[in-house]
Amino acid sequence: MNRLVKKSVSNFFALKIPSKSLCTGVVKVPGSNVAEILNENEKKENTTSNSIQQYDIAIVGGGMVGMALASFLASMPMTKQLSVAIIDSSPALSGSLSIKKEDPPDPRVSTVTPATISFMKDAGAWKYVEQNRHAYFDKMQVWDYTGLGYARYNARDVNKDFLGCVAENKVLHSALLSCIQDSDFKRTIYPLRLNSMTLNRSSMSVVRENMSSRESSSAQGQCARLQLSDGNSIYAKLVVGADGGKSRVRELAGFKTTGWNYSQNAIICTVEHPSENRCAWQRFLPTGPIALLPIGDKFSNIVWTMSPTESNQRKSITEEEFLKDVNSALDYGYGPHPTSSLSGTRDVFSWFQMDTTVSANESFEVPPKITKLASDRMVFPLSLRHANSYASKRVVLIGDAAHTVHPLAGQGVNLGFGDAYSLSRIIAEGIALGTDIGEVNLLKKYEAERKPANISMMAILESFQKAYSVDFGPFNILRAAAFHGANYIPPLKRSIISYASGEQNFPVFL
Amino acid sequence: MALNVTIHRILRHRRFLNSANSTLHLTNTRCFSHAPSPSPSQSSKANDKDPHSGSSSLKDNELAKFAAISDTWWDSEGPFKPLHLMNPTRLAFIRSTLCRHFKRDPYSTRPFERLKIVDVGCGGGILSEPLARLGATVTGVDAVEKNIKIARLHADLDPTTSTIEYCCTTAGTYTHLNSFLLSIAFSHWVYAYQDHFECSQVIEHVANPEEFCKSLAALTNPDGATVVSTINRSMRAYATAIVAAEYILHWLPKGTHQWSSFLTPEELAMILHRAGINVEEMAGFVYNPLTGRWLLSDDISVNFIAFATKSQNAI
Repeated sequence: MNRLVKKSVSNFFALKIPSKSLCTGVVKVPGSNVAEILNENEKKENTTSNSIQQYDIAIVGGGMVGMALASFLASMPMTKQLSVAIIDSSPALSGSLSIKKEDPPDPRVSTVTPATISFMKDAGAWKYVEQNRHAYFDKMQVWDYTGLGYARYNARDVNKDFLGCVAENKVLHSALLSCIQDSDFKRTIYPLRLNSMTLNRSSMSVVRENMSSRESSSAQGQCARLQLSDGNSIYAKLVVGADGGKSRVRELAGFKTTGWNYSQNAIICTVEHPSENRCAWQRFLPTGPIALLPIGDKFSNIVWTMSPTESNQRKSITEEEFLKDVNSALDYGYGPHPTSSLSGTRDVFSWFQMDTTVSANESFEVPPKITKLASDRMVFPLSLRHANSYASKRVVLIGDAAHTVHPLAGQGVNLGFGDAYSLSRIIAEGIALGTDIGEVNLLKKYEAERKPANISMMAILESFQKAYSVDFGPFNILRAAAFHGANYIPPLKRSIISYASGEQNFPVFL
Repeated sequence: MALNVTIHRILRHRRFLNSANSTLHLTNTRCFSHAPSPSPSQSSKANDKDPHSGSSSLKDNELAKFAAISDTWWDSEGPFKPLHLMNPTRLAFIRSTLCRHFKRDPYSTRPFERLKIVDVGCGGGILSEPLARLGATVTGVDAVEKNIKIARLHADLDPTTSTIEYCCTTAGTYTHLNSFLLSIAFSHWVYAYQDHFECSQVIEHVANPEEFCKSLAALTNPDGATVVSTINRSMRAYATAIVAAEYILHWLPKGTHQWSSFLTPEELAMILHRAGINVEEMAGFVYNPLTGRWLLSDDISVNFIAFATKSQNAI
């Protein structure tokens, strides 16, 4: 009798803890109802506690970064025996969507840096990307509307074959999925959404009370419990939040974020042009940059940042008018072409003559003329967001859940892949030393590795974004000088290229 | 005050704990350890001191120090934070030396499978749990009853670590460890000598290190291994481990360490040699204040760890 009383009392106390972690305001039902519902589940679970699946790692969010983490874990000997649950309700994961070569390119594309390509090659996923449409590019040209300066980058400057590769998001995603499916990695995909999460705080008194109420499931006392949208639960030693900019895991775990919305939207679409394109073009306009990235065959992707009113307007105008706007933005609109002042500037920088870069000898080129629109125009709002910390006990954030950036340098998903790579290495190290993978000291090592790199990249992108949104005479000249410097000073140019390629984590030169 | 309350709660909850788990035969073992050893055939090796002799006052102080903060063992931000941070570095050394010595695959996730390890002075089980996750059959031994309780509770939370056996030398001091260790050699759940003894950050708290090492040696298998980690008795260690750690940074409560009971690496090697164990490798732990992490290095002037083996043909 005593025991029953004790059990129900501890049940109640144990329930107090879940409702505490839900009090971030997410739960819409009043607290007492939640307690009753959980009580029901508790009773069911006490009798069928063996049926709750237990996993080592639960990856919430099966997008590119979540799948990248899973495939990195699958490819390392220390971690391939881990059992992983992937929670994502998107149909792409159920394998029902297949990519057909005849499809026109999807406007959602990403530029992957050489560093990311090497991670994916190590994991064995890159070969799947090469089977589908993708485009390596080895040249890049950046200029602005003032016509005072430009910079050209060439992969040969750093003795490489390419500066990066552009591929559709669905191609990257399916490559990572195929890589996982090929290996005998123990993964289970849950096509559901995460409702809530219970984390056992490390206080020993909580542990003792939980133990007295759930004898048979005492072994799960140390795990996080995730409640899914179909009512089932799973246990996991480590919960990875890879669920994007509006991360639910980040919300449930109570991570605070810093950031702001840019008063800018981005329009993306696929366009066609008569000749092949192997160069990435970016022109900074007064309202925001427009970028033209090759995708393969004769297609390219446009990412055009502008104010929200303009973006709504440009989305609704006809195709011909839109194409006219695009060509004008890339070409003569807003300002003149920069003059390729090879003769003049060379004298000034002639003492670098020993060490010139290939691209310094190239003159300004006009981007290809766009002839056709090959997809719908999509509009996305842009913002900057950074989680104040990436890790706490049993929870860690990677990818956009941890940081969201402006697309102007094509770095966003590459930071996410870098996070996934770093986390997978840290987990392997932890397993090699017998650590509990949900232990906060281990996860803080991941944070200490990635946070400085992510923050410095975000700071640089932010300063670019601010610098190019000002139209002020002396400032324009400063920017032009920066262009000239980047174009004609080889060590600076090489450093910029290797930082943007992900080869170095910090812009040491700056 | 807080101490009494915690003990009460432990006792109250233990009544409701399912007795099917590991606590039952461990309570047997505790009764076992109360009595000093009646071991006739071990007389040639053992130096069975009178269990109630010796100045217990110093040792009781040592025990009281640990008993006071034992609730916070598993709080990684609490008073044991330095130990938590040092743990992966210790494990890295142990993993590489043991894999080499016992010819195990260093790329395996459980390289210590079928290896019997005893962690002497296990505290809350900070070292025992990772060793169990690496596949070893671990026995944790500690003189403070509360530590053993905390260790057992925490280990039961994870199925891989719930196989760890914990015992307490409730007789109270490490001079009794001799008799206790000899007695466990005859208990029903240790049916062979241990492969490996692990003694980390303990020997500087022991009253008679020589006798202590002799006991460890007596119970190690021939060709078994002993790993001892402790603090060097050097000026630098005084400045770092006592002045800086206890008085300036407040990492450890004041008075945790006595400089005079530190051992130099040469003394440790000599003591172990006299007990029939030969030190093969030594490394130091160095703290990098910028990254906040410990690293293995050749610098043995402050914290050091020694890997020793009992020779093949020793008794």
